[in-house]
Amino acid sequence: MEKKISYGKLFIEMLKISTFTFGGGFVIIGMMQKKFCDELHWVSDEEVLDMTAIAQSAPGALAVNSAIIFGYRMGGIKGVLVSTLATILPPIVIISVICNIYDAFSTNKIIQIALQVMRAGVAAVIMDVVLGMGEKVFETKDWINVCLMIAAFIASWIFKVSSITLILLFLCLGVARYFIERKRVQA
Amino acid sequence: MIYLQLFFVYLQIGAFAFGGGYAAMPLIQSLVVEGKGWLTMAEFADLTTIAEMTPGPIAVNSATFVGQKMAGLPGAVICTLGCILPSLIIVLILAYLYTKFSNLDIVKKVLGQMRPAVVAMIASAGMGILLMGLFGTSVFAKIQFSSLRLIELCVFIVCFILLRCKKAGPIQIIFLSAVVGTILYCVL
Repeated sequence: MEKKISYGKLFIEMLKISTFTFGGGFVIIGMMQKKFCDELHWVSDEEVLDMTAIAQSAPGALAVNSAIIFGYRMGGIKGVLVSTLATILPPIVIISVICNIYDAFSTNKIIQIALQVMRAGVAAVIMDVVLGMGEKVFETKDWINVCLMIAAFIASWIFKVSSITLILLFLCLGVARYFIERKRVQA
Repeated sequence: MIYLQLFFVYLQIGAFAFGGGYAAMPLIQSLVVEGKGWLTMAEFADLTTIAEMTPGPIAVNSATFVGQKMAGLPGAVICTLGCILPSLIIVLILAYLYTKFSNLDIVKKVLGQMRPAVVAMIASAGMGILLMGLFGTSVFAKIQFSSLRLIELCVFIVCFILLRCKKAGPIQIIFLSAVVGTILYCVL
């Protein structure tokens, strides 16, 4: 799993992602997937999904948790320090500046419009990532998983089932399916 | 000692905010606003607005906001460190275990089973943002077709095509959508 990675590049890329990613933890994951998996090939598709599940099951912000686990996977402890620092630096700087000019910032018409239309761009990025990941689940031809994916989507989107509940549910399901399959092999 | 107090309050927020994002808000409210009185309710409302208008996780944003207000830049740094320390410890342990045991059959199977759920959660987050962008609400039942925003729809379609077909970079796309969208709004 030792891959040639550059800590300088890791820092710069994480800094860019953290600075420009509006819309929460899952957007960050999408951006990291595009950069570190699709473009640089420092991690695989499966690893991205595994690490997201793990990051989601720990307390704390998803963006920070995923920066930590991605950093560890790509560059060990040094990778963790580099990617975590790059993730928290932009919010510290931006909020420090904005809390002094809050009124001018929050009532500025142009900023409001920009933030609103930007959602369309952010949504396009996430949808592109989701399509890529969804295709891979379909390619496994494990139709139970395809159905479970659709069910989980409906549960999360329509019924607002929390992420942590879904993760735990699928964890139990994975354990159950493992033992069922093992029994079948032995029989 | 204000620094120690700031650190420990944010340590708690970092350790007990499961589920990220808005899950941290009630915790921040009870500890920082009601418990310590470091923020007034009005400032807390401002903080929520700022957190929505800026990149970065809400917990980290609030750490900087509160730390800055109570003890300047050192306060901001201390709050942020307190906030991410539990994550660092817990996620590092999990990351170590993942690297060590990801070749075990049962671990492979369980992680493989969790992948469809992760894709579904990202898709759900994406749908929320998409609806918020196109209709101004992320609640499915409240959507009215007449409130569809055409500029956002065009921006979304163009961005999506650029990403899928031209393999455009995501940061460039987000930047482009903000600039072009704002210009369109101002011109039309």
